[in-house]
Amino acid sequence: MLVSPSIVAIAVFVYGMLGWNFRLAMTDKHDEVSEGSFVGLENFTGIWDQQRWSLSVNHAIVFTVVFVGGALALGWLLAFLMEKGLRGEGTLRAIYLFPMAISFVATGVVWRWLMNSGIGERAVGLNRLFEVVGLESLQWQWFRDQDWGMAAMAIPAIWQMSGYVMALFLAGFRGVPDDLREAARVDGCTEWQVYRHVVLPLLRPVTLSALIILGHISLKAFDLIVAVSGKQIITDVPAVFMWVAVFDSHDPAKGATIAAYIVIAVSIFVIPYLVWSLRKERRS
Amino acid sequence: MRRRWMAAVAVTVAGMLTLTACGGGGEEGAAQSPQADAAKKVEVFSWWTGPGEADGLQAMKEIFEKQNPGLTFFDAAVAGGSGDKARALLTSKLQADTPPDTFQGHAGAELQGYIKAGDLEPVNFLYDELKLKDVFPQQLVDQISVGGQIYSVPVNIHRSNVMWFNPGVLKEAGVTEVPGTIEEFVAALEKVKQAGKVPLSIGSEWTAVHLLESVLLGSLGTEAYNQLWTANSDWSGPAMTKALNDFKTIMSYAGDPQDDWQPAAKQVADGEAAFNIMGDWAYGYFHNPPDGGLGKKSKTDFDWAPSPGTGGTFMWLSDSFTLPKGAPNRDGAVAWLKVAASKEGQDAFNPKKGSIPARKDADTSLYTDYLADALKDWGSNKLAGSIQHGVTVNDAWRTAINEAVGLFQQSKDVAALQTALADAAKNSGQ
Repeated sequence: MLVSPSIVAIAVFVYGMLGWNFRLAMTDKHDEVSEGSFVGLENFTGIWDQQRWSLSVNHAIVFTVVFVGGALALGWLLAFLMEKGLRGEGTLRAIYLFPMAISFVATGVVWRWLMNSGIGERAVGLNRLFEVVGLESLQWQWFRDQDWGMAAMAIPAIWQMSGYVMALFLAGFRGVPDDLREAARVDGCTEWQVYRHVVLPLLRPVTLSALIILGHISLKAFDLIVAVSGKQIITDVPAVFMWVAVFDSHDPAKGATIAAYIVIAVSIFVIPYLVWSLRKERRS
Repeated sequence: MRRRWMAAVAVTVAGMLTLTACGGGGEEGAAQSPQADAAKKVEVFSWWTGPGEADGLQAMKEIFEKQNPGLTFFDAAVAGGSGDKARALLTSKLQADTPPDTFQGHAGAELQGYIKAGDLEPVNFLYDELKLKDVFPQQLVDQISVGGQIYSVPVNIHRSNVMWFNPGVLKEAGVTEVPGTIEEFVAALEKVKQAGKVPLSIGSEWTAVHLLESVLLGSLGTEAYNQLWTANSDWSGPAMTKALNDFKTIMSYAGDPQDDWQPAAKQVADGEAAFNIMGDWAYGYFHNPPDGGLGKKSKTDFDWAPSPGTGGTFMWLSDSFTLPKGAPNRDGAVAWLKVAASKEGQDAFNPKKGSIPARKDADTSLYTDYLADALKDWGSNKLAGSIQHGVTVNDAWRTAINEAVGLFQQSKDVAALQTALADAAKNSGQ
């Protein structure tokens, strides 16, 4: 009884809207005034003929791989070091977690300056830093690089989220009972083997949660990218393309199609996780 | 014990809610009683919040309130350059059928979306009443008419085809004459490149589209350019191929893309780059004292000329005000449009904003330096409309052109660009 209002609200505002979006995506309402008649999956297949769409999908994949991989690796490493009992752990933990408190927009504005693409005399930001410390060869175009620009775009995201991943992993590490490690050590495991065969398998649920949280943030990425580079093709991703389709091209059906693809991409991450956790709950 | 606490908190919160509800109701009642107040308010929606433009709006507001003692001006400006955010908000207001009394829009095809949706009322009656067709250039009236109807009143004119350059850098590179044609321009770019400076500075992707419109105009000529927006346009022909190849050649001399147009213009002012093609709002940025501008001296630190091949043609864009259907205070809006169209209003606004009036009878003594040049050309030149700034193409078409140019910047494929531009013209629904 108590939860029924929220169930109704979610049914209307989440699933109802989702359904409405999918229905819009299957019409030919390509401007704001026309009625739009049903055209089936035409928009969904037609969009793959557009060069910009494949480009933005590629960008999203590069961004996701670098961001999720980078944040997991860095977060794990930080948690590992913390767990080894660094001095001043509390302070360091707070420092690494702080970026989480900042919005992606603020992060983006700062990193836009840090990742300025000026080289040589015109270098500012990180390129300037490289010059000062004598590493001119590391200067590059950052997010304006045609092939790896999106990897540069993932750097601020990694910076922002790796502290959070660290916190997740640290909780995971702490959740591994000491007697299990002791038992492994008594059985003649080296420290590395303890981690490899005892701790890591027990961290699997944590890794999976982190993967899903980061994965869905990454596929929906919009604010960070707009704050760093605006609505430029060189850093186009589906969410930005959707915004342009709706508000600049005034093409609701196209925007809805892109939105539908984003939902589908996110659900590829989320649904297996839900199934898995439901099964686990049932088992216990 | 804990229960009782919870109950106390709940009662307090509930009580506070009721109290605030009463308070809200009371205030509303108070505000409603002088009903006349609401009828006097005229809500003017714009994106003029920056230095210069906000001052200009203020000056027009003073004239408006002096001429209409019964009306009060309500400034509903939304910050954000070129009105990106303002227009997103405006869309939601119009869709909810709660339009402002009048709103700013680029004159020309950019208004088509509103016209199609039936949001705008034609203002031909004002043009007749105020005899505006006699004071605006005939070509301007032609270029903003849609099927004989006019939907807005232009307040100011900006020029898009301006080439800004640094005389010192040109001298150093051995460029003695200001390039007048595209061939001369390319030769000059090459000389600057040899001298080790950035030949042409460029900003984010939209500035490349801005450059493209100047190159198209320069390469195709004014007549062929103006024909691109009519039924007998030729986007696939050899003349267009040549123009796009010119664009490719010129782009090959561009420096690293900057964040936006200001840093790109600054490269010219600082002597890092030789040329920049940008609209004449750059003049204020070069000329105004810091912090609003760079405080540079015109003709010595920076100079200007029509972009190559476009001498004798004024590529214009204009901010204008409209009359939305269902405006709460239509009479007030019409009074505002009259001020916006008047000589007095335009001469108060434009010197502050750094643009020229759309009217031909402006007081020339108010416009000095660059603006004097622009005003002279406005009265005598042939006119062409800007692409990027909403004169010749509607939003969908402009977005498609931006997309094509953005993709071209990566692929450098002229044939693909031409196909994309031809498709954009075909699918624009304009």
